[in-house]
Amino acid sequence: MSLDKATVARIARLARLEVPDDQLETVAGELGHILAFVEQLNEVNTQGVAPMTAVVEMGLRLRADKVTEGGDPEKVLANAPERAGDYFVVPKVVE
Amino acid sequence: MSNLIKGETGEWEIVIGMEVHAQVISESKLFSGAATAFGAEPNSQVSLVDAAMPGMLPVINEAAVRQAVKTGLGLQAKINLRSIFDRKNYFYPDLPAGYQISQYQHPIVGTGSLTIELADGSSREIGITRLHLEQDAGKSLHDQSPSSTYIDLNRAGVALMEIVSEPDLRSSEEAGAYLAKMRSILRYLGTCDGNMEEGSMRADVNVSVRKPGGPLGTRCEIKNVNSVRFVKQAIEYEARRQIELIEGGGKVDQETRLFDTGRGVTRSMRSKEEAHDYRYFPDPDLVPLVLAPEFVERLKEELPELPDTKKQRFVRELGLSPYDAEVLVAEKESADFFEAVAKGRDAKTAANWVTGEYFAALNRAGATIAEFPVSAEKLGELIDLVADGTLSNRLAKDVFEGMAETGKSAAEIVAERGLKQVSDTGAIEAAIDKVIAANADKVAEYRAGKDKLYGFFVGQVMKAMGGKANPQALNDLLKRKLSA
Repeated sequence: MSLDKATVARIARLARLEVPDDQLETVAGELGHILAFVEQLNEVNTQGVAPMTAVVEMGLRLRADKVTEGGDPEKVLANAPERAGDYFVVPKVVE
Repeated sequence: MSNLIKGETGEWEIVIGMEVHAQVISESKLFSGAATAFGAEPNSQVSLVDAAMPGMLPVINEAAVRQAVKTGLGLQAKINLRSIFDRKNYFYPDLPAGYQISQYQHPIVGTGSLTIELADGSSREIGITRLHLEQDAGKSLHDQSPSSTYIDLNRAGVALMEIVSEPDLRSSEEAGAYLAKMRSILRYLGTCDGNMEEGSMRADVNVSVRKPGGPLGTRCEIKNVNSVRFVKQAIEYEARRQIELIEGGGKVDQETRLFDTGRGVTRSMRSKEEAHDYRYFPDPDLVPLVLAPEFVERLKEELPELPDTKKQRFVRELGLSPYDAEVLVAEKESADFFEAVAKGRDAKTAANWVTGEYFAALNRAGATIAEFPVSAEKLGELIDLVADGTLSNRLAKDVFEGMAETGKSAAEIVAERGLKQVSDTGAIEAAIDKVIAANADKVAEYRAGKDKLYGFFVGQVMKAMGGKANPQALNDLLKRKLSA
C-alpha cells in the first residue's frame, strides 16, 4: 500500500507532528514500508476467528472503590511549563 | 396531539436522538484512586494516572462497573458480559493523555428502553441503543486570563456513563420528558446524582428535520446542554433554523453546534476538518472486562423499585389518581416522603396534603424536602388531628402554615393558639341562635326560597366562633334551625 503526500500530511497533523513539505515524500515511503510489512498478515485466513484485543486470556482485575491517591498538586504540577496558583496555564484555547 | 411543525412548504417532522453523559456516583475515579468530590481545590484530586505521567497504568474501579450494570438493568437493557475499552484519540489541553479511555464497538450495556409520559396522558417507549463507560476530561477555564487558559484536572478520569438513545424522539416535549425520566431513573438507582447545574448530567442532542414519512435529514449535534428547559429551547430553535434553511433553498451541514443560553440560539462550533477522526483502537493497557453472570444476577436482585413500577403500585394499591402518582414518583425523595406520611393513614388524603399544601410551601420556601421543617412524621400527625375531628380542614391549613414557619408540631400549635375545633353542639347552637336573631330579615328571605343565603349563615356562625366550629356539626344544626 502506498501513501500519498496529502495522507501523510493529514496523519502528521492528527498526531501533532511537524513534517516539513520537503520531507513528506521520504516519510510517505517509510510509512509505506511499515504498512507493507504489516499487510503480510492479510494473507492469513481469519474467517470465523474472533478479534483478539489482548494477548493474555484473562479479564480485568477490579479495584476497590477507595480514595488512595491525589492530594498533592505540587507533584502533579511539577513539570508544568507555566502555572498560576495550582492551575496549569496553557495558551488560550477557545472554540 | 400532532408534533409536526408548519413551514412554508408544508409540514415537517423533527427527529431527535440524545446522548446523555451521566457522572457515576463513586468515591474514586474510573481508573485511579483519586477522589471525585465536587468543588475541591484545583488539581488536588489528581493521581499520576489522571495526569498521564509516563508509565502509569489504569486499574478499573469495581464500583463504576457495578453502577453501569445497575443503570443498564434499570433501563431494561442487555448487559454485555464481555466489553472492551478503547482509546478515543484527540488533542485538547484538558485531556493530558491525548486520548480518552472509552468503549466503542463493545460497550458494557446494549439495547434497552425507557418510557416517557406526555402532557396529554399518553406514553411512549424510547429505545436505548447502548450505554458505555468512559473517562471525563479535565476542566478548562477561559475567563481567568486574557491570554491563557487555566487547566484543572480534578474532573479528569472521573467515571461517566454515556447513554445513547435511538432517534425515536419527535418533539421538544418528548426530548424534555426523556431527559427528566432518565434523570429520575438514575437518581432512583443511585448511580448518578443528576445534578445538572454542577454538570454531573449533560446531554448532546442530535436534531434533524424531514417531511413526514420521508428519508432522514442531515443532523446537527447540539453539545453539552445542561437542563431540561434548555434542551427544549435548543430543539425548538434548531428545528426552525433547519426548516428555514431548507425552504430557503439551502442545505443543512452536518456539524456540531452550541446552544447559547443567553440568546436562546444555536451556533456553529466551526470544528476543524479532522476534529471527528478519533482513530479508536483497543487500549493495550486494559484487557477485556469480563463479568460473571452471578455478578449481574445479584445486582438485579438488589435493584430498587423504579418510578414506573412505583407509579403503578400507587395507582393500583393505594388508589391514587395517575396524575398524583406521576407527580409523587418523579423524585425519589417525594415518593419516600409521601409513603412515610401515608403509612397507616388514608393514602388519598396523604397524597392531597403532600401534592397540595406541602409542595406549595416547599416551592415558596425554595427548600428541599430534607431542609424543610415539616417532616413526614409531623405532617402525618396533623392529618391525624383532622381525622379525629380535632381540626377542620380549614384550621389544619392554618396550623400547617404555623408548622412550616416554626418547625413546631401540630399539637403544639393547636395548644398555643387554642385552635381546637369546637364540636360541642351547645356552643354551636348558641352561636347559630345569635346569628338568626341578628338577621331576622335574611332568615325570612331564606325561608322564602333564597337558598343562596345559606353560605352567608355558615360564614357568620364560623366568624362568630373564630373559625373553630366543626363544619359537619355546624351544617347539621344550622339546616335544622333554619328549616324550623
